[in-house]
Amino acid sequence: MAGRVLVAVKRVLDYQARVRVKPDKSGVDLTNVKMSMNPFCEIAVEEATRLKEAKLAEEVVVVSIGPKQAAETLRTAMAMGADRAVHVQTDEEVQPLAVAKLLAAVARQEQPGLVLLGKQAIDDDSNQTGQMLSALLGWPQATFASKLVLDASAGKATVTREVDGGLETLRVSLPAVVTADLRLNEPRYATLPNIMKAKKKPLATTSPQELGVDVSPRLQTLRVEEPAKRKGGVILGSAAELVDKLRNEAKVI
Amino acid sequence: MALLKPARRAANAVATIGLRSLSTLVLAEHKDGVLQPNTLHALTAAKQLGGPVTVLVAGESTTSAAEAASKADGVAGVLTAQDPCLARSLAEPVAALLQVVQSNRKYTHVLAPSSTFGRNVLPRAAALLDVQAVADVAEVKDSSTFVRPIYAGNALATVKVLGEGPRMLTVRPTAFAAATAQGGNASAQPVSAEELQAARDAAGVSEWVAEDVRKSDRPELGQARVVISGGRALKSAENFHTYLDPLADKLGAAVGASRAAVDAGYAPNDLQAVGISGAIQHVAGMSSSKVIVAINSDADAPMFQLADYGLVGDLFQILPQLDAELAKLLK
Repeated sequence: MAGRVLVAVKRVLDYQARVRVKPDKSGVDLTNVKMSMNPFCEIAVEEATRLKEAKLAEEVVVVSIGPKQAAETLRTAMAMGADRAVHVQTDEEVQPLAVAKLLAAVARQEQPGLVLLGKQAIDDDSNQTGQMLSALLGWPQATFASKLVLDASAGKATVTREVDGGLETLRVSLPAVVTADLRLNEPRYATLPNIMKAKKKPLATTSPQELGVDVSPRLQTLRVEEPAKRKGGVILGSAAELVDKLRNEAKVI
Repeated sequence: MALLKPARRAANAVATIGLRSLSTLVLAEHKDGVLQPNTLHALTAAKQLGGPVTVLVAGESTTSAAEAASKADGVAGVLTAQDPCLARSLAEPVAALLQVVQSNRKYTHVLAPSSTFGRNVLPRAAALLDVQAVADVAEVKDSSTFVRPIYAGNALATVKVLGEGPRMLTVRPTAFAAATAQGGNASAQPVSAEELQAARDAAGVSEWVAEDVRKSDRPELGQARVVISGGRALKSAENFHTYLDPLADKLGAAVGASRAAVDAGYAPNDLQAVGISGAIQHVAGMSSSKVIVAINSDADAPMFQLADYGLVGDLFQILPQLDAELAKLLK
């Protein structure tokens, strides 16, 4: 048994919401927009819950770093099956290295046998936190996982990874850090009774100061802009016309 | 005033270092002895930084990839790290090697291609060096300022790396042209025994078990000049082959797919616009293409807002017509 599984979740702009850049180019406008759990994090929570249901884990602890509202994301994770939550509350912008340091501090307290994260957040698209966390803990990593098989008696996990050109299978020693790809599983919907039950599950609040982590940013965002708009195209009448345009106008074939 | 002085002196010192001693290390991706093209794209980004460029080739066997790297245009030197523990580019030994090589040799910039290899290894090495890496750089503004896409490409952020220490970047290959594979004449030298030992010490916690590589004669998706991409509307894996393969063959194109097509089992996951609606997540991967053609029966599909040329109609009728037209042209 892997014992405790720690899962990191992030609250982000909902994946279906329209991204609006602020007129002063200081960032993306997050006022009055729907926020949700990062889709890759949902997959990590689902995988942890399945490990518990298969009696391969004893307890699932979710952790999130962010403002007050991140507690909602933690409640969602508990409604999906996590047992308890740790909220590292801060209103500051926390970049992946600082997130990894905070998660490492939580991991040292919680002593999990496995840490699950999403492979990336759909807001900053960094794809770094899991790798950085495993480096700081000195643990092996298995990123972009599409299949996870725990062999707890051997103290190992066998992980299939989505890599350029196909799949790769690794065997890593536990404890380890695994980051979830979209294809790892299909996350469940939280049912109303489970949402009600999740309200009673324990949620501990801490802070970067209490964890002794300096979260000051290492990257300064100078500006955020919309990408260049593509000029509107034309609708053509036939395949022959398309081939002619590609040949003589766009000169690509 | 007195308080401001030391800060200003420090800023000047950084600027002077920036001008005088830029140096860049590029972590090479190679497979089966072949230097991967995305490394050549990363070399172009490295060249734009302005300092001499060293390529690090780590693996069980490095000879042919190191030779290819030494011939690439703009490469000043090649470092090789050859050891069984570096086989298959496992993150733990490669990141430990990168950490010690950087600690010993103090490059101002460390780059890797933003492939699954680079994104796996570079952030791990960055954390070991206590550096916040910059992911998926699409433009180099100056030695500390970079542009990268965020929110699935719906916004572009210009970020400046603060403080001292190396700038560690993964580089979006499609945003930089490939460096010429010929013209260079760099010499290769092995890393030190101590540096190699750091990789060995970090190894052993993970082992490579197997791989399932998609075999294809077509160009690799990330590098192809033309990509023909199918979505849910193709309806089956057979249709993918029947309708898209002849077109791809005639155009020397790679075949791509939408998430919906992959989830339905029509295409493998690593193939990622025919019958594609234009959901933002798909658009993120293809919207910087030079010319986009959309074929869809729904005239209101968002993809038509991006497409330079659109055909509204049933793809099962249009694709064979297109194939016939291309056949005429190529005759």
